[in-house]
Amino acid sequence: MAVISTIRAIGSRVVNAVWRIGVASRFFFLTLIYSGNSFRRFHLIIKELFSTGVMSLIIIIVAGLFVGMVLGLQGYETLKRYGSESALGVMVALGLVRELGPVMAALLFASRAGSAMTAEIGLMKATEQISAMEMMAVNPIARIVAPRFWAGVISMPLLAALFSAVGIFGGYLVGVVQIGVDEGSFWSQMQAAVDFREDIMNGVIKSLVFGTVVTVIALFEGFDAPPTAEGVSGATTRTVVTSSLAILMLDFVLTAIMFRGA
Amino acid sequence: MERTKLDLWVGMFVVAGIAALVMLAMKVGNLGTYNVSETYQVHAYFSNIGGLKPKASIRSAGVLVGRVTEISLDTERYEANVVMSLDKRYQFPKDTFANILTSGLLGEQYIGLVPGGDAEMLKNGEVVKQTQSAMVLEDLIGKFMYSKAAEATK
Repeated sequence: MAVISTIRAIGSRVVNAVWRIGVASRFFFLTLIYSGNSFRRFHLIIKELFSTGVMSLIIIIVAGLFVGMVLGLQGYETLKRYGSESALGVMVALGLVRELGPVMAALLFASRAGSAMTAEIGLMKATEQISAMEMMAVNPIARIVAPRFWAGVISMPLLAALFSAVGIFGGYLVGVVQIGVDEGSFWSQMQAAVDFREDIMNGVIKSLVFGTVVTVIALFEGFDAPPTAEGVSGATTRTVVTSSLAILMLDFVLTAIMFRGA
Repeated sequence: MERTKLDLWVGMFVVAGIAALVMLAMKVGNLGTYNVSETYQVHAYFSNIGGLKPKASIRSAGVLVGRVTEISLDTERYEANVVMSLDKRYQFPKDTFANILTSGLLGEQYIGLVPGGDAEMLKNGEVVKQTQSAMVLEDLIGKFMYSKAAEATK
């Protein structure tokens, strides 16, 4: 009997997960359909850009600086063994622009802005503000969800670019200023190896995808949260966990498509 | 429209993000150093290209004059057909010599152009006739071993 009930529990979990994915996809399409309205009222998006983008600036810049500095230190230690310290700039720049910039920025964004979005919408639902809007014939997806979605999609590539730029500066600080790698070869080898379309634009595409996924997960979890204190806290946790996993898995898929055989 | 402090912050954020992208493109990437506008194509056949890849640089006297755009196998000659895009500013004589060289001992491979003395210049779509294939380390080691063995039997 224990076996049957275990199988039943697993089955119901799987069905439930697939169900939620279906609802989330419908939610995503509804958001896209109703986003025309929110572009007409752009001040809503501006307000959300402030709370998602501007408020994430400090964590992104500080984290980027330290990640770049660590890359500089570790890269130097490894490259020194092969006598190719001059390739430090290449390593730092490619590592940041292709992978670490988009991924780390998206992970930080998910935990800094995504969790806040979920909690905010979940609490709106718990205090029945969303039902009140529906009563007033205001579409909550057009009024609440779509502006937040576009704010996330717009701010993610900007944050990732900032992360990479600050990180390269951090690598420069450690590599050139502190350790004393030749400045000329640091920049010139970097410029020779980093391609604008192949590396930088692919990084931007990655961060656009991550921004879409993180905001959709965060908004859906908030919208779908049980209207209780416990439900909101659970939804916030799920936002961070699910979007972090989604970022890392999608990153593998995108990298496999973009950089295979290059 | 009314201006608020919020707009200023968001504006600063967007400007900083775009500035970071431009800095990545110009200072980190190759957008600032290499401009693709004016080029002409020249072919060259090599019997072995080693590790040459598309986008590898083409240098003459150490100066970057173009990039490799396409590499394919010509099934009539069974040789690699390398298409090179050269900067219009640099013209090369018809009897220019194309070598596949390696930067450093194990570094990236590039094409070196050594100009000849012909009065006529290479035009778009023409073929560089004199080429030298890539140095393949395994071949060199093989030759070295062979000559050592030949010495030992004497």
